[in-house]
Amino acid sequence: MADLIWVYAEVVDGQITPTTLEMLTKASEVGTAEAILLGPAPDDAVETLARHGASKVLRSSDPVYKDYLTLPAVATVAALIQEHKPAVILFASSYAGRDVASTLSAKLDCGAITDVSNFVLKDGSVEATIPALGGSYQNTSTLVNAGTRILLMRPKSIEPKSRDQTAAVEEVEAATDTANQKARLRDRVTVKQEGPQLEGANFIVSGGRGLKGPENFEMLRQLADLVGGAVGASRAAVDAGWVPYSTQVGQTGKTVKPEVYIACGISGAIQHLAGMKESKSIIAINKDPEAPIFQIADLGVVGDIFQVVPQLIEEIKKRKGS
Amino acid sequence: MNVIVCAKVIPASTVTVEIDPATKCMVRKGVTHELDPAAASAVEEALRLTEKDGGTVTMVTMGISDATIGIRAALAMGATSAVHILDEALAGSDTLATAKVLAAAVKKQPFDLVLCATESSDSYSGIVPGQLAHLLGITPLTFAKEISIKERTVTVKRQSETGYDVVEAELPALISTTSGINEPRYPQLKGIMAAKKKEIKQYTAADLGLGAEQVGAAAAREKVLTVGRPPTRKAGKVLTDEGEGGRQIADFLAELKVI
Repeated sequence: MADLIWVYAEVVDGQITPTTLEMLTKASEVGTAEAILLGPAPDDAVETLARHGASKVLRSSDPVYKDYLTLPAVATVAALIQEHKPAVILFASSYAGRDVASTLSAKLDCGAITDVSNFVLKDGSVEATIPALGGSYQNTSTLVNAGTRILLMRPKSIEPKSRDQTAAVEEVEAATDTANQKARLRDRVTVKQEGPQLEGANFIVSGGRGLKGPENFEMLRQLADLVGGAVGASRAAVDAGWVPYSTQVGQTGKTVKPEVYIACGISGAIQHLAGMKESKSIIAINKDPEAPIFQIADLGVVGDIFQVVPQLIEEIKKRKGS
Repeated sequence: MNVIVCAKVIPASTVTVEIDPATKCMVRKGVTHELDPAAASAVEEALRLTEKDGGTVTMVTMGISDATIGIRAALAMGATSAVHILDEALAGSDTLATAKVLAAAVKKQPFDLVLCATESSDSYSGIVPGQLAHLLGITPLTFAKEISIKERTVTVKRQSETGYDVVEAELPALISTTSGINEPRYPQLKGIMAAKKKEIKQYTAADLGLGAEQVGAAAAREKVLTVGRPPTRKAGKVLTDEGEGGRQIADFLAELKVI
């Protein structure tokens, strides 16, 4: 089908991921959207996928997809593509999404475009919008291979929409060949995060190299707590081992779009800006007046974060009358 | 154990990278290069694994002649030898063409384990490791933040959305490492001197049995149609803190009705 667009659905923490729903929304606007759902999923998974645009869900709930990474999923998706020949298949730029998409592209010998923020079907192929080089460019690309085109979508590029719709379910045969059971999942460890998750937060306070050490993130946590916000970090702070990777905002971390983003001691490397410059309001505090973060901040304060942030915390407490 | 590290040498972090509107490719020639810090972590991990159990570390890179500086850096860190795939015909290769070139070069060396960064710090596609593992016919283990090897079984802690997964596989395997996996060592003078004597093999595409139609811009499935700049966000007010900075931010938050 010339306008058949597949979405590789992902389940994290017992829920269909937001990016899956964003991709389905886009796919159903551009063509006929169908979802592929492999492995254990929540009871209302099919309804959720349908409401966001899937007219059909190709699924197998076989645990092989959970117990063995990547290869069983690649085998199934490759076989389905050869059978149904969709025009496009969308993956999230996530851990599993990148693994399955990359292996699939080599297996099917077709190209893949990564970091796509939007796309249209055009001239029998796709025209994809890509914020290249950390968002300093905005390019468009196409794929000239025959057959199905693989796109990896950036999270939070599309506004998910839901409506009343149901989907047909097609059970697919699980890829249980032991040749694909090479990367075995032994354990799944959840690292408890303090405070709210970054992705959904309306208020984010992020720290960078200027924080000077892990202990000073406590100050940011206090500030975030006062307004029900979450704490993020730049790659520099994560690479230094001060805070976990799950807090990293940027090209290689999370993409966030809060109402307010406060960058503390973050210079604003392009890789960081890529993950936060869509925030509604940006406030930056940095001692270097030349820091690139000031070029995109709605309010910039050139100063010492160890003076400015404590004062801000006190001021908010005072105004809240506590 | 023989470890191969596929490492990229990229424009230095001090360089503002531009895209040439004519070729629609990144401008790589004539700018200062360095070993990608993400790849340096992969080199470091390979050194630690072989220092413990013995073996060799071979750095493999595809790049222009400016890449030599990064190859020397990996050798100075302690890599045993290096392979440089250098050919004008490779310019404009997309991810899959790059993976095919790397796979062909890796196959010419003995190996038990291939390491690479999760993604390069210049183009961030993050899909070459998976493509490479498939082309080599070995098991992909990605986003590793910790690696341990016992006999022929490799176990990694793999970054996940909610924490990490413990994943294991038998060698040979390909592991992509996250940049936080370690702190790469700085080359010491002794290492820098020793690096000058180490072997750098050079291959062209033809040496790897790849024809001109299989590599470079000619073979790329991805074609850049237009190169443009995104709408820029306007800078707002920038104040210098004179003892009122925190209160001024609070005023702004009040305007936004956050407090």
